[in-house]
Amino acid sequence: MSEQKLQSQTVQTTGHAWDGDLQEYNNPLPVWWVYTFYATVVFALVYWTIYPSWPFGKGWIGGVSDITYVNSEGETKTHSWNTRALFITDMNEAAVAQKPYFDKVAAMPYEQIAQDPDMSGFIISAGKSLFAENCAACHQAGGQGVIGFFPNLTDDDWLYGGSYEKLHETLVGGRRGYMPAFSEVLNGDQVDQLANYVASLSGIGHDADKAVAGDVLFHSETAACYYCHTNDATGRQDMGAPNLTDNIWLWADVPGARTAESKVAAIRGVISGGLNKGVMPAWSDRLTPEQIKVLTVYVHELGGGQ
Amino acid sequence: MQTGLEDQLGLYQKRIPIFTRSVKGRFRRFKSSVLVLAYAIYFLLPWLPWSRLDAPAQAVLFDLPGRRFLIFGLTVYPQDVIWLALLLFIAAILLFFVTGLVGRAFCGYFCFQTLWTDFFIWIEHRIQGERPARVRLYRQPWNREKLIKVGGTHALWILASFWTGLTFVAYFTYAPQLVFDFVTGQAAAAAYITTGIITLSTYAAAGLMREQICTYVCPYGRFQSVMYEPETLAVHYDARRGEGTLGRAVVRAGRGIVVERRRAEGAVAEERRHSSLSAGQRALAERREKGIGDCVDCGLCVQVCPVGIDIRDGLQYKCISCGLCVDACNTIMDSFGFPRGLIRYDSEKNLASPAPAAPKVHWKRLKTVGYGMALVLMSAYLVYSVATRGNFDRAVNQIRQPLYVVLSNGDIRNRYQIRITNKASQEQTYVISARGIPAAALDLGNFSKVAIKSGHSALVQASVRLPPVVAAQTQQFELIITPLGKSAEARTENVRFDAPGKRP
Repeated sequence: MSEQKLQSQTVQTTGHAWDGDLQEYNNPLPVWWVYTFYATVVFALVYWTIYPSWPFGKGWIGGVSDITYVNSEGETKTHSWNTRALFITDMNEAAVAQKPYFDKVAAMPYEQIAQDPDMSGFIISAGKSLFAENCAACHQAGGQGVIGFFPNLTDDDWLYGGSYEKLHETLVGGRRGYMPAFSEVLNGDQVDQLANYVASLSGIGHDADKAVAGDVLFHSETAACYYCHTNDATGRQDMGAPNLTDNIWLWADVPGARTAESKVAAIRGVISGGLNKGVMPAWSDRLTPEQIKVLTVYVHELGGGQ
Repeated sequence: MQTGLEDQLGLYQKRIPIFTRSVKGRFRRFKSSVLVLAYAIYFLLPWLPWSRLDAPAQAVLFDLPGRRFLIFGLTVYPQDVIWLALLLFIAAILLFFVTGLVGRAFCGYFCFQTLWTDFFIWIEHRIQGERPARVRLYRQPWNREKLIKVGGTHALWILASFWTGLTFVAYFTYAPQLVFDFVTGQAAAAAYITTGIITLSTYAAAGLMREQICTYVCPYGRFQSVMYEPETLAVHYDARRGEGTLGRAVVRAGRGIVVERRRAEGAVAEERRHSSLSAGQRALAERREKGIGDCVDCGLCVQVCPVGIDIRDGLQYKCISCGLCVDACNTIMDSFGFPRGLIRYDSEKNLASPAPAAPKVHWKRLKTVGYGMALVLMSAYLVYSVATRGNFDRAVNQIRQPLYVVLSNGDIRNRYQIRITNKASQEQTYVISARGIPAAALDLGNFSKVAIKSGHSALVQASVRLPPVVAAQTQQFELIITPLGKSAEARTENVRFDAPGKRP
């Protein structure tokens, strides 16, 4: 009771009384808060003047501050301040800092780059970001690829060759791998025989009789596999025809299949369906020659370089 | 009624300005020597030369762009961050240890807030005069004198703050070059911004806010309070002696003592020493007979207090334990010929005992001994770690994308990235070898030997290729990094080997 009484004495009211006794407490905001609020208003006004702020007609109020930058065409432009131009300026500065390294890359032969500890460090870091930006979408972050879609770049098997020159050629011009669908010319038994033969080449469990028949078929004019995969089935890198005798599989998911039957079935699928998805785009019009050179050395260093 | 009082007063109280009186004594001398020593170290250290081959000749230089910290003969790299962590732990334990023994000694004598405030008050004192003069100046309306004196004080404060800020920046770059660049406008933006921030914060904290930092802002003062124990020495007013049964009392006029009191404000006169010794004892006996305490209520202990408290109200959270009131009270007691120690360092336990003994440090407590031992162990480990650190740092990372590669002949390959940082002062060649796998299995590409400049690091890609049978049996192996010609410094890293079908 006494506390209530004290409150009514000490708390200010707005001074008005409605309906005789209805009053309103006056609880002003703390002074520091009010002044902080005023300060933010002043700050906003200053900000509006200096930086781009309001839409105006078809454009916007640009602010008093200008920014000069060099765009991708090499033209020097001046524009009212904006973060995009700032970003371009920053990127240009970073490019200038990187230039000595890229110049060195351009001037040095591949082997020399790989042997220089400094340059090797640059390749590992710059190559990694270039790879992540351009290549990892298909070949995955570590270059391990995806069976059935994109070749593994970290093993020692190359469809088109793993030398610096061949890697460079692949990067610059792109590649297009193709294998016809043999279900058009062969019956199911023949495809099965061929699949067993191919399995036998890599030491996978197979039916020996079918494999012998598949061997004959492989080297016959009916299937004519040897045209591209060669007589001993080791493939031709100039055509991108893979080596069938090793343990590396790209199109048929042999490592992923559990039983011998399903491994053979996976090979069968590739033979009857053929392939036309082995496409690597050309990078010469997207990346600079130095970037392509960095990537060449980087991919070579991923482990399988020849 | 408490609520009502709070409503009336409000939660905010305007700062009551504090004008401290200067005082002489043991604790003042100690405070001043700590101040001089700390300032000498802080302000002069960046200017101490130290010849180096590959870095500016500065004894203490935190080279942020170079990612290294040069401290005299020692070069610390970011990899040694554990030392910093350890140092912070040691500092924390030292604070707990000291607080348990002698209370907030850190606050009173060593804290930079106290040091800078003390220095700023000294400047204020030199320009505006002793306490009464400063109070008068504060009360008088703005005129030429006040403008010059107050303006001059603030100008000097800002100058001192600026030099504090610039000195801080000088730890991060070559000091003479910094000062030159700073004046000619060529220093880095970070240097100007840092100096500006520290100038402003020093000026605000030591010049304007002062004890408010300790009272309202600083968490250390708060949590040090809970570390006090009954045995902890702290600045105490001996209330039993000071108040007697009737309370404290001013020395009454006409008793001859008032003369002494007037003189007490100045130096103690030699002639009084002989005569007043007995007079003081007589007066004391007279007071005690009447039940009056020894406190003469001169108020000097309040006037010298930098946080503006009355220690006679008892131990309180605002007290930073600086001992100036002890000095003040002892001066007065001396001048009256009363025994010293009415305000003194003592423990709560001792003060409460029927017959207080001479105050002393009680360290034979589990907490204190425990902190002490932790302190010794941690410091010993830090010294050991600094003294025996290797000349190089290494990190071996297995490449996880992919964890393993099956090669065309069925072999399994794992790849590793090895980063070696040379911490030695000269270039060094490192050799990498492996144990636990066939010698031919390790392939280091072009870098079976790698030469690294001092303070630099190099990345080496290594791959290990094992036939499937061997791979299935190899869970892990050892990589050995040996500085060429210093086989004793070789370091071994255990690394995993992954193969298909293996479960981790």
